[in-house]
Amino acid sequence: MTVANDLLYRRSHEWARTEGDTVVVGISHYAQDQLGEVVYVELPDAGTGIAAGEELGTLESVKAVSEFLAPVGGEVIEVNERLEDEPNLVNEDPYGEGWLVKISGSVDGEDLLDAAAYQEFLEEESG
Amino acid sequence: MHPWVGAGLDDQRHILRLLGLESVDDLFTSIPAEVCVERLELPPAQDEDGLRKVFAATADANVVMDSLPCFLGAGVYRHVEPAVVDAVLSRAEFFTSYTPYQPEISQGTLQAIFEFQTLIGRLAGLPVANASLYDGATALVEAVLFSHRVLRGKRDLVVIAETVHPMYRKVLETYATAAGIEIVVVPPADDGRLDPEQVRAAAADRACCVVLQSPNFLGIIEDLPPLAEVAHDGGALAVQVVTEAVSLGLLAGGGDFGFDVVCGEAQSFGVAPGFGGPHLGFFACGENHMRQMPGRLVGETVDEEGSRAFCLTLSTREQHIRRAKATSNICTNQGLMALAATVWLEAVGGAGLRELAASCLARSEELKRRIADNGGPWRLAYPQSPTFNEFLLVGPGAGPDLVDRLAKENVLAGVPTATWGGSWSDGILVAVTERNSAADIDAFAAALEKLS
Repeated sequence: MTVANDLLYRRSHEWARTEGDTVVVGISHYAQDQLGEVVYVELPDAGTGIAAGEELGTLESVKAVSEFLAPVGGEVIEVNERLEDEPNLVNEDPYGEGWLVKISGSVDGEDLLDAAAYQEFLEEESG
Repeated sequence: MHPWVGAGLDDQRHILRLLGLESVDDLFTSIPAEVCVERLELPPAQDEDGLRKVFAATADANVVMDSLPCFLGAGVYRHVEPAVVDAVLSRAEFFTSYTPYQPEISQGTLQAIFEFQTLIGRLAGLPVANASLYDGATALVEAVLFSHRVLRGKRDLVVIAETVHPMYRKVLETYATAAGIEIVVVPPADDGRLDPEQVRAAAADRACCVVLQSPNFLGIIEDLPPLAEVAHDGGALAVQVVTEAVSLGLLAGGGDFGFDVVCGEAQSFGVAPGFGGPHLGFFACGENHMRQMPGRLVGETVDEEGSRAFCLTLSTREQHIRRAKATSNICTNQGLMALAATVWLEAVGGAGLRELAASCLARSEELKRRIADNGGPWRLAYPQSPTFNEFLLVGPGAGPDLVDRLAKENVLAGVPTATWGGSWSDGILVAVTERNSAADIDAFAAALEKLS
């Protein structure tokens, strides 16, 4: 299972990457693997205010639906519109083309894990 | 103890001993003595044949819809009842099964539902229809909650025409109060139809949906295109409710005019009118919003051998997967009645449905003309407005009083509206279907003339 090194993670399996004043959010390789083939992604409207830990949207796979949560608080400034027609980008490239939303905010002060800690967390979870 | 054979005396004694009770009556001590009947004074026991005669005699004392010329409607309609409907319905494979929970094993049930959805979708003018809901009133409620979800819960207002069936509005009030949704009611203009500008003002860019009924509670056909337009101008969804589904045999469904949801009651399709039901709710919407749709949905697919097959589709909207976040607290359907509607529609056929609807319209127009020609004190409330098969009759005592007087003349004239009130004059809703013969219409006109 791949854990990308340059990202921070929530224990609920979302990742966050800082790009300037913006935090890009997606779900981890582990999360997409657990979900199975994603068939639909429900994203928030741009402009929505959100607090860390709140529900951002939902991912629907062939066998389940689960919510994904905001790793940081702020305002949703962009959503990945490609997912409307190509939801399986979340499976194929969870750390790249399969990103979910961009939030104007910062990872500072949020309770997030670095790659090594997340890897360890996954091993504990599956162990 | 056998699981489905009642407890014998020995079992009862055993259970009572375990419970520490003396007698079965001790189980019911919480019921106040003054409401208990010491002894029922029943007539002597009779054999089965004797009992049948007693009940048949009691039933014969009733006046039923078929006893007299009958013009009752107001949300429940009497139409042809082809024998094939009951013949198919009473097959054990259909009759005993509930909404499919282990669905793919019951391909016949799924195929019937798929055909129901297809028929409803075509009539509604929308691409997606669900496997049915309980009744028209709950279908309307689901349409409002659906609209609320589509707009992400940001608009807590629904604009609804006063000419939506008052019982439907009552059911909506119950749900809306609990969901924190405010209801604004728009009365009809002088012609009994909605004024789009009044709807626009009421919605005021704050409504999640605009709900109207067409043909409306007064029987009048609304002008749908401008109403869809004002709903959309204000960022709301447009919802059409239909209580007389046979009207869709002549009138295009709201989907053809831009309505986002067409829902309502399909009892007219092969479900006989009965006290309290069963009824049959339907719900159709566009593909853009189908993930917010309530209820079950059957899709067509292929099995592993490549043959046509059916399966439940988009189940992730439903309770057994989404739990509290399901699109509805009702994730079942009205399976047997949906089957009745499917068999009925397929027996009647497309051209047949059009003919049947045309016959309703023609007979209704004939009775309207006879009443107008009559020149008596009773008249049409909205003589200039287009109706399908129902209209409001007003005049002196036009309400329960006139209904009683006409019943004495052996005519079941219709449903008095006084029970529900409204910004219009109280009157009698008169419904005319293909089941009303020329003799029925003569009888109505003659009785009215006699009372004039």
